[in-house]
Amino acid sequence: MKRGMIDFWVGLFALVGIAALLFLALKVSSQGSLPASSSYELIANFENIGGLKVRAPIKSAGVVVGRVSHIELDPVRFVAKVTMDVDSRYHFSRDSSAEILTSGLLGEQYIGITSGADEKTLSAGNTFKITSSAIVLEQLISRFLFSQADKDKEKQ
Amino acid sequence: MNDFVNLISRFGQPLTNSLIKLGFACRFLIAILRHSATALLRPRLTIREVWFAGVLSVLIIAVSGLFVGMVLALQGYDTLQRFGASSSLGILVALSLVRELGPVVAGLLFASRAGSAITAEIGLMKTTEQLSAMEMMAVNPIARVVAPRFWGGVISMPLLAAMFSAMGIFGGYLIGVQLLGLDEGSFWSQMQGSVDFRLDVMNGVIKSIFFGFAVSLIAVFEGYDAPPTAEGISSATTRTVVTSALVILALDFILTAFMFRGV
Repeated sequence: MKRGMIDFWVGLFALVGIAALLFLALKVSSQGSLPASSSYELIANFENIGGLKVRAPIKSAGVVVGRVSHIELDPVRFVAKVTMDVDSRYHFSRDSSAEILTSGLLGEQYIGITSGADEKTLSAGNTFKITSSAIVLEQLISRFLFSQADKDKEKQ
Repeated sequence: MNDFVNLISRFGQPLTNSLIKLGFACRFLIAILRHSATALLRPRLTIREVWFAGVLSVLIIAVSGLFVGMVLALQGYDTLQRFGASSSLGILVALSLVRELGPVVAGLLFASRAGSAITAEIGLMKTTEQLSAMEMMAVNPIARVVAPRFWGGVISMPLLAAMFSAMGIFGGYLIGVQLLGLDEGSFWSQMQGSVDFRLDVMNGVIKSIFFGFAVSLIAVFEGYDAPPTAEGISSATTRTVVTSALVILALDFILTAFMFRGV
């Protein structure tokens, strides 16, 4: 094959390869975490985080506003300390609450933020005062079973 | 006593031989890297090898990718549907292709399509004494023949793996959305929500670069090391494919353990 043709095909090959990479980057994947400059950190302590993982979304009114960046156990109080990166466009009031929710019955777990009424807002490094833990399915079932058993006793 | 010595030597000989071969391969790699400047400063040599190893492999890579994606979608749908999670089909197809199947299957196909051809070509050059002729003319065969083929392979492999994954995801889309009637919006949005660019796509690309490096080195080495006979070339080509496949799978395990530990 002529040299010009080889160059042409190799050029086309490189272009298609890069296009495939771009397709994977833009159409298939999310761009991961937000750029460091445009986010700030908030902290929330939960008694039980269930199956929450690093990189899980933070949602407010169903809109993704950030991602979980770090999860560790507080060695003194034995609660889970969840650090999250929140988009700096959004500021939540100081009495906002954070809770761990599940999308669908078997879906992934995420943190939902419900904004409060306080005029002052949480700033970088602040901690949510009001949190509610993940609902653990086993606990829910056992609670239901116990309440059924109590009802049966009352009937007898 | 004599039998015992014979026994040791029978097992010791192959071991010594393979150690010698490994040592030679390391020396060979250093020689390639030392002479790479020539190959990269004369890009025409390398471009020709990218054409030979990359462009000529596009068809098999694209068609295989498409079919692998289609099969994944069919099998995945069958399983996910039992749990009422068929809308997660996009995630299943994309993650398995981008993380594992893209780099690994593209690497195996690359080894059998391009790697064996490189081995046969260099082996034949050695048999017909073209390499010695080059040395006679003060042309270094490693700089002129081996290094361009090596870098051609290293450059082609990640591009081929990306094409494989992209075609596979397209195949998954064809089956999932067009044939099985899943919602197109949720197919793509669930995929985007779960596939992370840095963690999944880039790790796949890094894997494919490692595989390209390993397959290219094995291919040029086996060609250069082949006994200069017809039989020697044929067994060298076979060794390229077998060794490449084993090295790809072993490397894949090691790289995966490094990349996804604790995720």
